[in-house]
Amino acid sequence: MSENIKEQELAELYSESEYWHVNLGETTIHAKRISGKFRNIKWIIAAAVYLPCFLVPYIRWEGKQAILLDIPGRKFNFFSLHIWPQEVWMLALLLMLFFLVMHAVTSVAGRVFCGYFCWQTVWVDVFTWIEEKLEGPPVARVKLDAAPLSFHKVKIKAAKHTIFLLLGVFTGISFISYFIDVYDMWGYYFTLSGPKEIWITILPFAIGTYLGVAFMREQICFWLCPYARIQGVMSDADTIMPTYNFKRGEPRGKIKRESGDDEKKLGDCIDCSLCVAVCPTGIDIRHGQQEGCITCGLCIDACNSIMEKVDRPKELITYISLRELLGHRHRPFYKRGRVLLYFAIILSLCSGIVWGLITITPLSLTVIRERQPLFVMLSNGDIQNKYTLKILNKSNSDIDVAVKVRGLRGAVLELRPSKITVPAGKLKKVTAFVREHRENIDGKSTLTYFKVENMKNKKMRDSYKTVFMGPKR
Amino acid sequence: MSDINETPDEAGDTGHEWDGIRELKNPIPRWWMVSFYASILWLVLYLILYPSIPLITGNSEGLLGWTQVKEYKDGMKEVEAIRAPFEKRIKELDVGGILKDTELSQFAIASSKVLFGDHCAPCHGSGGQGTSGLYPVLVDDDWLYGGKIETIVETIAEGREGSMPGHKDSLSQKELDDVVKFVQSLSAGSFYAPGKKVYLGETAGEAECAGCHGEDGKGLTDFGSANLADGIWRFDGTQEGIMHTILYGVNEDNPDTRKAKMPAFGEKLMPEQIKKLAVKVHLLGGGQ
Ligand code: SF4
Ligand code: SF4
Repeated sequence: MSENIKEQELAELYSESEYWHVNLGETTIHAKRISGKFRNIKWIIAAAVYLPCFLVPYIRWEGKQAILLDIPGRKFNFFSLHIWPQEVWMLALLLMLFFLVMHAVTSVAGRVFCGYFCWQTVWVDVFTWIEEKLEGPPVARVKLDAAPLSFHKVKIKAAKHTIFLLLGVFTGISFISYFIDVYDMWGYYFTLSGPKEIWITILPFAIGTYLGVAFMREQICFWLCPYARIQGVMSDADTIMPTYNFKRGEPRGKIKRESGDDEKKLGDCIDCSLCVAVCPTGIDIRHGQQEGCITCGLCIDACNSIMEKVDRPKELITYISLRELLGHRHRPFYKRGRVLLYFAIILSLCSGIVWGLITITPLSLTVIRERQPLFVMLSNGDIQNKYTLKILNKSNSDIDVAVKVRGLRGAVLELRPSKITVPAGKLKKVTAFVREHRENIDGKSTLTYFKVENMKNKKMRDSYKTVFMGPKR
Repeated sequence: MSDINETPDEAGDTGHEWDGIRELKNPIPRWWMVSFYASILWLVLYLILYPSIPLITGNSEGLLGWTQVKEYKDGMKEVEAIRAPFEKRIKELDVGGILKDTELSQFAIASSKVLFGDHCAPCHGSGGQGTSGLYPVLVDDDWLYGGKIETIVETIAEGREGSMPGHKDSLSQKELDDVVKFVQSLSAGSFYAPGKKVYLGETAGEAECAGCHGEDGKGLTDFGSANLADGIWRFDGTQEGIMHTILYGVNEDNPDTRKAKMPAFGEKLMPEQIKKLAVKVHLLGGGQ
């Protein structure tokens, strides 16, 4: 260390450092639970979003699992809708949609996803709730952690970790239930049989959940989650987020028994640190918006309960944009260019998906032209071309298909087999011979279309463009 | 979690220094050491379980007994198990029966791909398109010996050898010119009367064309004689080409003769293989 840095300069250099404690997970955060508006919202969302996630696979539809991502069968089933790999572009749109919605929501109201919807924070919430039931409130938990090894401690800890592990396994199983018929799946698990994939897949989920939720907790949000790392660029001064109103709160100070002139000069914050105690990521919101805040709003609940007690106006910590906090007019989201742009993109993505869903046809046709030889001259001088039609039936029932060829004047079509029934969910290959009089073909190749049509429902059809080849004239 | 060393100097240094940069003796991070030992353990387990250690006459076999060849053979067994019922029915059924069964004929086509490529494609082309003027097209509806499935089996099993006498010495130039014109007119749907006489042997040359090709020129499958009245030519359909065929014949004892010989596959191939090939050829486009 160089000698010429003066004592005072050194102190200045480090003046900020005591504020900015970087949470690297040395100590487990034991957040206090407190009731309030945001606490309720969190429970309601957890129940409304996550319970269905576990239950949805049990819904049946037309005798099959309503939502089944059938990887070996290469199709995604959503009730009557069956999405085949051909339609995967819609999945791409859907992923883009998620991404854009995330951007839009973040620019309007910050990490709403983190605070209320994210499986990590919701699961941490549930796990810590269980922890509280078993080990007691935060103070008791800290004590228990510090206590020497005893039968009592081992008993509680073992019970807790068993429950955590089971929840991890259950998470894995619930994930798998989207990929395999859920009733078959339970059958396999109970009889210890079934494909090895369903056993192996449990592992990463169980381990991941156990490590991520039981141990790492807020560390995931701090340092691992990619969304957390980039959300800084999605929010700006107009984004509303849980914010400590420092204008009202500072200078903070403890309430003294006898009120003196001193107290008059103090702000509304009574420095009780309840907002820090309840924070699931263990940060102090009074330092301003920071990377660890998942915008769960629990500190708002905490501070409001205090303000009520000391009879000061509520919302010292509140959802507010930086712009408004600094005394400017709040710009609503519909007046912000970036939000409007996000919505425009979201709208076009939605229309793409809707268009895809409307135009999906259960019948699809691909035609492969025989190229060896390109054409055959028959004994009566006619030209014959051979094609292989691949007719795919994406529906759940067999379809009798009629095939037509268009674009040639006198074409005779011979199909093998002549009667075509495409079984449900199967691809059928049909050989087609097309014969045409030589005089009817103008050039070397003539544009030709094959059309397939459900005989019982003419609206279900598809066509394919190809060519009919003949000799040079 | 945190591995941040607040006092990096504590462990001292090795005494090595380069431009003021010292080599410290801090321990390697724990996670690194754990992965290091784990990979050593992995290595040992791998050595025990899988073939790995080179020995003088080969290599250690490994406890699992895994080899690539074994894996390949297991895979082949699986494939064969799927094919077996089809193969059995192909063996049992006669070729007409196979043809009637769409699924079975699809199997025959699919499983005879390699056979066709090895034995048929060199002459008839990989798609059965033939080789112009030398080897017949298999995809059209014109058959020298007949396009019935049984006949195709016979052709493949026993082979075929065409024959046609040359008329270089027996016909005069005028007769030759006339008969060539007649043959050309046949496929155009008309008759060139002077040539017809030659064709029917009513001139001095006493040609016997009709004896094999029929009075109407449509050929007789019993002899394998070509249909002269259609648009398809066995050899060369130009005027010179037809003249050449008539002059030098087919499989005759002169250097200019046309050659038309298909080898017999009855010895080389198994009956099932021939059945499969026949079905494939029949379904190429022109089977009768
Ligand atoms: S809860 Fe409210 S009053 Fe208490 S320290 Fe936090 S901001 Fe201040
Ligand atoms: S600072 Fe407040 S809103 Fe942010 S994570 Fe902590 S409790 Fe939730």
